[in-house]
Amino acid sequence: MTKEAGIIGYGAYIPIYRVKACEIGKIWGNYNGHVPIMEKAVAGIDEDLVTISVEAAKYAIRRAKINPKEIGAVYIGTESKPYAVKPSGTIVAEAIGATPLVVTADFEFACKAGTEAFQACIDHVLSGRIKYAMAIGADTAQGRPGDQLEYTAASGGAAFIFTKKSNKTLAYCEGAVSFVTDTPDFWRRAYEHYPMHAERFTGEPAYFYHIINSVRTLMENMGLKPSDFKYAVFHQPNAKFPVKVAKKLGFTMDQIKPGLLSPYIGNCYAGSSLVGFAATLDVANPGDRILLASYGSGAGSDAFSFVVQDIILEKRNPIPSVRDMIGVRKYIDYSTYVKFRGKIRA
Amino acid sequence: MRKVAVIAIGYTKVKEHWGLSIRDLFTEAAIMALNEVTIDRVDALYVGNMSSGYCQHQEHLGALMADYIGLKSPPAVKIEAAGASGGMALREGIQAVASGLHDFVVVGGVEKMSDVLTPDITYAMAMAADQEYEAFIGVTFTALNAMIKRAYQHKFGVSDELIATLPVHCHDMASKNPYAQYPFKITIEQVLSSPFVAEPLRLLECSSPADGAAILILCPLEKAKKFTDTPIEIAGIGAATDTIALYQRDDFTTFKATIEAANMAYKMAHIKPEEVDVAEIHDSFSITGVISLEDLGFFKKGTAAKAISEGEIAPGGKIAVNTFGGLKARGHPVGATGVYQVVEVVKQLRGEAGKNQVDDAETGLTQNIGGVGGTVTVYIFRRID
Repeated sequence: MTKEAGIIGYGAYIPIYRVKACEIGKIWGNYNGHVPIMEKAVAGIDEDLVTISVEAAKYAIRRAKINPKEIGAVYIGTESKPYAVKPSGTIVAEAIGATPLVVTADFEFACKAGTEAFQACIDHVLSGRIKYAMAIGADTAQGRPGDQLEYTAASGGAAFIFTKKSNKTLAYCEGAVSFVTDTPDFWRRAYEHYPMHAERFTGEPAYFYHIINSVRTLMENMGLKPSDFKYAVFHQPNAKFPVKVAKKLGFTMDQIKPGLLSPYIGNCYAGSSLVGFAATLDVANPGDRILLASYGSGAGSDAFSFVVQDIILEKRNPIPSVRDMIGVRKYIDYSTYVKFRGKIRA
Repeated sequence: MRKVAVIAIGYTKVKEHWGLSIRDLFTEAAIMALNEVTIDRVDALYVGNMSSGYCQHQEHLGALMADYIGLKSPPAVKIEAAGASGGMALREGIQAVASGLHDFVVVGGVEKMSDVLTPDITYAMAMAADQEYEAFIGVTFTALNAMIKRAYQHKFGVSDELIATLPVHCHDMASKNPYAQYPFKITIEQVLSSPFVAEPLRLLECSSPADGAAILILCPLEKAKKFTDTPIEIAGIGAATDTIALYQRDDFTTFKATIEAANMAYKMAHIKPEEVDVAEIHDSFSITGVISLEDLGFFKKGTAAKAISEGEIAPGGKIAVNTFGGLKARGHPVGATGVYQVVEVVKQLRGEAGKNQVDDAETGLTQNIGGVGGTVTVYIFRRID
């Protein structure tokens, strides 16, 4: 029996709308152009976490070429649930045709909820109880108008279907580590519309501490070093942090470049590192080793090592790549953005 | 009145110490100082701090710190004078030793600003201004200093480029200081392209919130040689106040309290400004430092920025200033700043300043400001050979 889980299909979805960071800065009096990204993806007025998840899941199923009825688990990692009480997973599972013999749940761990779903799916399929398990990380992230987060809080997500490693899987997971502490760097209390954050506390003691520890532990456990990886993907709250953490850990720009999307789409929270991972799989070749390290405020980091398999080359077309989706965009102004994101309240 | 000496120093790195509490910081610095000398008792403790009540909901720092650094029930008290808390705490310590009341006194400064977010620390700092007549309208501390810069530039016609040379100098110095908050160089272009915090003050012209603690141990000069080979005499003492509110000043381009405090200190030490080898001045904002260099008598009014651009405050220049980075780049843990300044002058006069050492430094000066010049302390220190 194989002891490794593989990915048989994946898909991502980036909404078509973009608002430029300088457009947001202009509204709030930041005329100096000191903005953390170039532009961010914005969900349209008829889009939400569920529609984003369904789009990504449909691409994943097409790539996997499986009967969705065989998907035994649909887990969604998010902090943008349309309902406070009512699972998003049921809507997605119904929409993709996975119901009724399916387990679903919505996971919450800020921006690493998607990789929490990875952990559950990997163990599900390895236990043999479920053949295919789908993990989704997606968000329509909210930033308080005028807050620093408003520049980056974006929409998007990605879905991955796990099963036992075989010659049909396009990549397999050879190791995983979860590093968690109680570090309150970012939070949203019940009944509050926007999250709070602790400014620079979200940096060194939060993002960097947890990612560095998860990745170092993973590499130590597996006897790997940065140069053993062809690519690396880190959670991307802005354009600067993933580059800095890569450098601190000894990874190069070439290794992170394919998955570094935050300058162009912003931070789609639980979808952030997963969309970056999907974009990296879009260009990876058989045998390549990929590091995936998420970060979730609160706080924790999941680090995974994946190895790309031969069939990936057959699984690329005709599904649009993440970069294709990023390239298809419509710019909106700030007033349209606040309308789309429900920031105008009577 | 007995002469007083500094016989030991201690300090923490200045940074955002996410993992240390205010008592941890103070204790770390105090242990460093207490390990420098062998004394069998501490007669009194003075703790300079501005905002522990607001930031930590903790007052009564005297007893707290005396307890946590392991002292045996000495009288201990917190001294608060906004940004000059450290400088005024030192004054209390000096008075206690000089008067003969105490022989061994610990003077510390501590501030832990990273426990609260920017809006709160902005509000806390505005408490240094006049709440009833000034701060209540919403003016921030940075905004008050921005008005000072505007008035100064209007009066003397000094450019942004020239004023930007002070933070550039301070970062240059801090780049060789291992305990500095920002140990890297910056350029004039970076200063001038950084965003406005309060126009015309830009981000890289302003000190930023920091955590840190610094400690001095004082004793009578006559006994100092028993405890250290390099005692540093506190040769001049000056302190003065001015109107707390800026609007009440006749002239925004000078800090009257600096001039008065400096005159007292120079007179007591029997020296003139040109005899000072190293100075740590209060550059909480670029303009504050520029004005201070003039008020202390190092340069004529309206000329300090040009002098900085010509290398006059770099080691080897007319006077070496802020050789560890000053408030801008060493960092400005508010209530500790006045004590850090003394630590740095002591290091220079002892010859322990490492890469920042000024050759043959014998006389040093510190200037510590509270508010927008509402309180100022000036001290002069002398090496004892």
